[in-house]
Amino acid sequence: MDVLRVDDRLTDDERMVRDTVRAVVAEKILPNVAGWFEAGTFPARELGPELGKLGLLGMHLQGYGCAGMSAVAYGVACRELEAGDSGLRSFVSVQGSLAMTAIHKYGSEEHKREWLPRMAAGEALGCFGLTEPDRGSDPGDMRTHARRDGSDWVLNGAKMWITNGSVADVAVVWARTDEGIRGFLVPAGTPGFTASDIHRKLSLRASVTSELVLDDVRLPGDAVLPGVTGLKGPLGCLSEARYGILWGAVGAGRACYEAAVEYAKTREQFGRPIGSFQLTQEKLAWMEIALGQAGLTALHVGRLKDAGEVTPQQVSFGKLANVRAALDVARQARTILGANGITLEYPVIRHMNNLESVLTYEGTQEIHTLVLGQAITGISAYRG
Amino acid sequence: MNIVVCVKQVPDTESPRKLKSDDNTLDRAAADGVINELDEYAIEEALLLKEAHGGEVTVLTMGPDKATDSIRKALAMGADKAVHLVDDALAGSDALGTSYAIQQVLGRTGFDLVILGAESTDARTGMLAAMLAERLGVPQLSLANKVEIDGSSITVQRITDYGYDKVEASLPAVVSVVEKINEPRYPSFKGIMAAKKKPVEKLGVADAGIDADKVGLAGAATEVVDFADAPPREKGQIVTDEGDGGAKIAEFLASKKFV
Repeated sequence: MDVLRVDDRLTDDERMVRDTVRAVVAEKILPNVAGWFEAGTFPARELGPELGKLGLLGMHLQGYGCAGMSAVAYGVACRELEAGDSGLRSFVSVQGSLAMTAIHKYGSEEHKREWLPRMAAGEALGCFGLTEPDRGSDPGDMRTHARRDGSDWVLNGAKMWITNGSVADVAVVWARTDEGIRGFLVPAGTPGFTASDIHRKLSLRASVTSELVLDDVRLPGDAVLPGVTGLKGPLGCLSEARYGILWGAVGAGRACYEAAVEYAKTREQFGRPIGSFQLTQEKLAWMEIALGQAGLTALHVGRLKDAGEVTPQQVSFGKLANVRAALDVARQARTILGANGITLEYPVIRHMNNLESVLTYEGTQEIHTLVLGQAITGISAYRG
Repeated sequence: MNIVVCVKQVPDTESPRKLKSDDNTLDRAAADGVINELDEYAIEEALLLKEAHGGEVTVLTMGPDKATDSIRKALAMGADKAVHLVDDALAGSDALGTSYAIQQVLGRTGFDLVILGAESTDARTGMLAAMLAERLGVPQLSLANKVEIDGSSITVQRITDYGYDKVEASLPAVVSVVEKINEPRYPSFKGIMAAKKKPVEKLGVADAGIDADKVGLAGAATEVVDFADAPPREKGQIVTDEGDGGAKIAEFLASKKFV
């Protein structure tokens, strides 16, 4: 069901992107993802080139082998990817919106030529090191630092919760310097640089999450991203990724909703389908409304982004509202499926657990709430 | 090599399909349109042949305005250009009229090879390739699951109930394909962007030199006289196993001549 028919407002291109990603997810992801989730693995190396061939990686960037599509087309792709699994969308987000965007926005011409075409093709993978073990919402206070040594840079520190960390060919690492926060391209295999995976996760299990350790990592002078100094560098990339999330959440919520509708129509109790009971119908109607509103928000923010008018506050609005809506939908769907809702035979608990991560990564709901609070009052609650 | 792929837009097989009660023709507005599934294999084969031998792939579609969606998808997959035959006078054409209209367009575009799916999921007559080859006076190679071209000769594997026939002919020719032939590619995003700039020529009946009396519902040699909904599926038979379940299942299969 889709009462508002939001997708009728998509262009032909955007619909073709939707149909293509939906078909690829149905063919290559849905039959396998519960198994990946259970085993705690994600075949990044195999999927990278397949998604690259489609043009999904860095699809909204211009040139250097990227497709150069609209923000809405990118959003629709994120939505369909996340209807498969939040881990899949995270993989694409980190590659395209974080690592590739950092190089595209702030890299030198040589950086772009060296990395972007291979990353667009999925032959080279990237990760994005900002968060640290003790610094999440407050990245400006990061401990990782880089110092000049002759013409070289020497990096020390650690980064935590890094998606694609151990599978990446290149890490975009943000570090404190005497000039302020700078970005560095750290190729895998650089002496002193290690990435080890974080295990025992109960969320985003079909996703590689790593810790990066930098122990006297020596880089040549041209490893630094020349285009930006200061926290606005990484934050500019995060704004891109958050934009993808506000679409992606709609997909995860939709997958749960569809499972719940199907279940409600076929599961019989007291001699009739549970979808005939008012309590179930009330839940389904509420989910329809929540997802319709989230879909409208996503499309609206996307159109603003394509017009070059979107603000960080609008992205915070969408990320906060849509992830919360998707998580609520997932929980409601779980109640409709009863005990079946907690197994990997159905997608609901997988999405629900994933969304617990989506709720706090790329800006916790608390931080996005305070971004809105500041926009409303003019007073920052967390910055001096 | 000049390859023309005939692409038909059909109602999505996922959505309910119906006939119009006033003239017994398919209600094309009622359902989402998609590329006829076998035609996607035809497009893929044309692209593979072009990649191997060079040349140009032209998409030829006869259908209403909304068939533009399917043309764009074929172009996004990699076809070079398209001809869209669109005219109210064509609505309701049967296979004879359609083959005539397409023949007229092919006379304008020229061709070395015409490729199309062996049948459509809507009318399912499966006759268009044969009619087209006859009208064009060129060989028909039907039900191909493999196509090879060497200079001006073409060889296909034609699937049969017992295996396949090897069929040879010389170009130009008409080939109809089955789903075993390849795995159609998804349109890449670069392909979607590039498709916007590819030429789509729209032709009406008069532009293509088509005699309007020979096409459309009025010009059709066949007529759908009546239609009815398929009867609901009968309730399945449940066999309770009382130690003789295997025998009962074998009996059932034998009664249906499966064993």
